[in-house]
Amino acid sequence: MTAPTLAVFKLASCDGCQLTLLDCEDELLALAEKVEIAHFPEASSALRPGPYDLALVEGSVTTPADAERVQEIRAQSRFLVTIGACATAGGIQALRNFSDVEEFTRTVYARPDYIDTLATSTPVSAHVDVDFELRGCPIDRGQLLEVITAFLAGRKPDVPNHSVCFECKRRGTVCVTVAHGTPCLGPVTHAGCGAICPAYGRGCYGCFGPSGSVNLPALIPLLHRDGMDDRDTERFLRTFNAAAFAKERQP
Amino acid sequence: MTHRGSRVLRVGSLARVEGEGALHLRVHNGRVEEARLQIYEPPRFFEAFLRGRSYTEPPDITARVCGICPVAYQMSACQAIEDACGVTVDRPIRDLRRLLYCGEWIESHALHIYLLHAPDFLGCDSAVDLARTDRTAVQRGLRLKQAGNALLTQLGGRAIHPVNVRLGGFHRTPTSAELRPLAEQLRRAAEDARKTVRWVAGFDFPDAVVDADFLALASPSTYAIEGGTPTRLRADGTLTTFPLPSFLDHVREAQVPHSTALHSRLDGRRHLTGPLARYAISGNLLSPAALEAAREAGLGPECRNPYRSVLVRAVEVVYAVDEALRIIDAYEPPPRPYVDVPPVEATGHGATEAPRGLLYHRYRLDAEGTVTDAQLVPPTAQNQGAIEDDLVRSVQTAITDHDASDHELTHLCERLIRNHDPCISCATHFLDLTVERT
Ligand code: SF4
Ligand code: SF4
Repeated sequence: MTAPTLAVFKLASCDGCQLTLLDCEDELLALAEKVEIAHFPEASSALRPGPYDLALVEGSVTTPADAERVQEIRAQSRFLVTIGACATAGGIQALRNFSDVEEFTRTVYARPDYIDTLATSTPVSAHVDVDFELRGCPIDRGQLLEVITAFLAGRKPDVPNHSVCFECKRRGTVCVTVAHGTPCLGPVTHAGCGAICPAYGRGCYGCFGPSGSVNLPALIPLLHRDGMDDRDTERFLRTFNAAAFAKERQP
Repeated sequence: MTHRGSRVLRVGSLARVEGEGALHLRVHNGRVEEARLQIYEPPRFFEAFLRGRSYTEPPDITARVCGICPVAYQMSACQAIEDACGVTVDRPIRDLRRLLYCGEWIESHALHIYLLHAPDFLGCDSAVDLARTDRTAVQRGLRLKQAGNALLTQLGGRAIHPVNVRLGGFHRTPTSAELRPLAEQLRRAAEDARKTVRWVAGFDFPDAVVDADFLALASPSTYAIEGGTPTRLRADGTLTTFPLPSFLDHVREAQVPHSTALHSRLDGRRHLTGPLARYAISGNLLSPAALEAAREAGLGPECRNPYRSVLVRAVEVVYAVDEALRIIDAYEPPPRPYVDVPPVEATGHGATEAPRGLLYHRYRLDAEGTVTDAQLVPPTAQNQGAIEDDLVRSVQTAITDHDASDHELTHLCERLIRNHDPCISCATHFLDLTVERT
């Protein structure tokens, strides 16, 4: 039997999620024996043509060329898994969705006419069918390995979609909101990181995006109580998963 | 296509670099007329959406410019904003920042040396490929990288986009007991790092010389990492400095006549930042073990051969490991994890030495602490001119000497680009994103 092929693709992103794969120092060589790394430009100059068994896609769609490329990627991939907040929710670059992208371009570039960009940053699922979405900015290494193993074994990945609060309880972290009045998005944020921020004494800033059951109307008064005005709350919800939290706010 | 006359060479997608880019080379009658490192990485507009954010946010937000050097972004951002607010953090917090930064140097340099760069010297496509013939070496590299990541994880909460950094210091500082296990791992890493220098020193290095000016931060008594004064070393040996607030007066975007791409120049001249520049400017301040490793590897006080940058990186890993151990050994938890940073209406400047070179940030704040303007100047954007220069020169030599084929040239150019470890995700800010149609 030949090994299943793995491909890694990148759209608009910071490379952090695909770096998570190279950060699997203990498992990397073992993994490379189980799958054939067929296309992973960041790690290998041998790029083999598709089709691929499993494609990991990092980054969001922000240019006309990428909108086309994502169709090709889909056509070449048996399973397509998006990795990270950019690919699953448009990422930080989706802040343009709430602004005037031409103004953004003029702010950053001396020659805005050279820039070919879309007015929005959208997740991969807005363009093609996606088999699984792994959240996080960046994704968690353990979850990534679980997803790869599950797809290779033909089962569903065991990635729960409860909130960060569950992970604080499991970790035994004292609730920063209850104990210190620290504003925290933990109650509405997707689990996966292991509740890092509260363990380091700060509130969750939502880098894993909305969890399975989000109750923003209940959370917002708490944020106000803990000293955030409307503008602060707005910004708090509009960062790495801006577009996903905005969707949750729509009635 | 014939080798003589006019030809256009394209390297469609550069492998083993961070981010996505391509190369466009134009040769006319045996003369290289243009080498353009093309970045087709889409723009992400950080400088635009930082406007209107609170001054407490850039450390978390700008980390997302680059997943490989998030700490560099966090440190330059903190420094710039603290500078605007007139706050200086004291010694123990500065040391912890430096310790975190050492973790990033170790992690990022090990990644570059073993996973991205070494395969070029050993005729492999990737580290996985290399592991088939030299598994011990790849395992050593992964172990080293892991030691860097362990530091980042302990101090920052996680290795990519650490959560524990804030203005004025950290959300939580570690106890001495939490740092102790790291010291054990680092002592092993010190051995791996020295072996890395020896391993890399045995590679076959082609001759080449970069004649760009070097630019790096310099500190009076320590190898500069998390701060310092911008210092320029010219090829003729003259050393000059300028104050950080005038950074943008010296390092300027310029239009190159034959190209639509913008390049930054240092007082009108091509310059290079990164390991070669740091080593030439501050090499005498390395630790004894790093100096010894450099000497053993045959490095003089200055190295201008871009292929040997891999060697200088390896020496810097020896240093970063030593430095991390020194900080851990002397560590006493500070009384408070951070100092308060009240907002002030002002402009602040910050620069630190990212693994790939000098990273400058400037922020303008209003009295409430809202960011009204942000400028980020990453190393790759500065190095691009020098990289292209290097390409033109080396390709010219390859054509004149032995009429190199397109295939050879492609390989040569890819190698040359990887020497400089460009981080393309962060370079997009400057570049021409149109794909040239010929
Ligand atoms: S989700 Fe975050 S870590 Fe992943 S690519 Fe996007 S910005 Fe980088
Ligand atoms: S606690 Fe929240 S912000 Fe912190 S790492 Fe986890 S999901 Fe991200």
